[in-house]
Amino acid sequence: MVTIKELPQEEYLLKGHAACAGCGPSIALRLLFKALGKNVILVVPACCTSIIQGPYPYTSIGVPLQNILFESTAAAASGIVAALQQKKLEGVTVVGWAGDGGTVDIGIQALSGAAERETDFIYICYDNEAYGNTGMQRSGATPYGAWTTTTPTGKRERKKNMPFIMAAHRIPYVATACPSYPIDFVNKLKKAKEIRGTKYIHILAPCPTGWRYTTEKTVELGKLAVQTGLWALYEIEYGKFKLNSPSDRLVDKAKRKPVKEYLALQGRFRNLTEEDIAKIQKWVDEDWERYRKLASNYLL
Amino acid sequence: MVAVHKSRKDMPLTPLSSPTLGSMGKTGYWRTFRPEVDYSKCTRCTLCWIYCPDAAIERREDDSPKIDYDYCKGCGICANECPVKAITMHREEE
Ligand SMILES: Cc1ncc(C[n+]2csc(CCOP(=O)(O)OP(=O)(O)O)c2C)c(N)n1
Ligand code: SF4
Ligand SMILES: [Mg+2]
Repeated sequence: MVTIKELPQEEYLLKGHAACAGCGPSIALRLLFKALGKNVILVVPACCTSIIQGPYPYTSIGVPLQNILFESTAAAASGIVAALQQKKLEGVTVVGWAGDGGTVDIGIQALSGAAERETDFIYICYDNEAYGNTGMQRSGATPYGAWTTTTPTGKRERKKNMPFIMAAHRIPYVATACPSYPIDFVNKLKKAKEIRGTKYIHILAPCPTGWRYTTEKTVELGKLAVQTGLWALYEIEYGKFKLNSPSDRLVDKAKRKPVKEYLALQGRFRNLTEEDIAKIQKWVDEDWERYRKLASNYLL
Repeated sequence: MVAVHKSRKDMPLTPLSSPTLGSMGKTGYWRTFRPEVDYSKCTRCTLCWIYCPDAAIERREDDSPKIDYDYCKGCGICANECPVKAITMHREEE
């Protein structure tokens, strides 16, 4: 168990990159390098990160990175894994790093295929709950009620449960994370690095530009997402579900903050009615009933 | 560490990009509010360092923050997260 002070000071996300001020995914990317070091190869599709990288011929990323088509992250990563094996190059971690649109929508078949082939890599979905790069269109990961440019009055459908979809592939490791809890995320990455096979980590990464809040609240909102129970921190290791701190203390509803505290800080939820909020609260409570059962020794 | 090209001319003609400090220039120009650290309050917890999306906070020898104003975009996360309110935001002069 590392502490924040023990994390390495080297930076592989270089200063002066193109992310918006207060970008949550950028915090997660910095943490990725702090956890895995520089012996990684990133595969990044079209997404905000491909902008954050900076304009050709410059890049803000200090490790090898391959840009690939929007739908192809896991396919390209599979190819790199195969090439490394062929060349007998060991000790390199291949990481697919894609947005929610690139994962839960267009990239899902390549990812499902890679998982079924038991490809030895880490796939990370950083979820800002919309298509950020192209100006905030709805994705399958956009939550109910959220404004996006294509859901001007709020999305009417619910968020896809991507970590459970990945768990249904019977891969050895699935986890959720949030950059507001850096040690939890770093520990999960370090654990994933040591496991052979497909590892999937889904990070909720607040985005001030898309979620319509002021830039200083990124970390605060990530914490509120967890404290309200809207986003639970858990691991599914070889099918065994386990809640992680601080989510493991939130099974009792009385310990969870009302979802309204999280929703009210964000402009994208401005049009929610009291009924909408009650509906979201009810869904969260139902999710937690499921987490409680899963945590008591039920194999997914 | 990473090779830093000073100009496009240094780079061979290639579809490869090179790791570069300030790939988008001095992003400190984007800033509206400037974080300032009161070192007498700082407890050296390093939370501001780990939460900075821009890697614009370095750790000094004693683990207190050193803000790189050339690149800090002024998001204010450091000030918001500092548990003892040692960092405050101030509007940049016109
Ligand atoms: C096949 C294809 N369709 C559409 C696009 C345009 N496009 C580029 S990035 C992007 C949105 C990416 O959203 P997401 O994966 O959530 O990442 P984010 O930008 O939010 O980080 C879209 C639609 C594309 N590059 N390729
Ligand atoms: S749109 Fe959101 S995710 Fe994309 S760079 Fe800006 S803050 Fe980051
Ligand atoms: Mg997105």
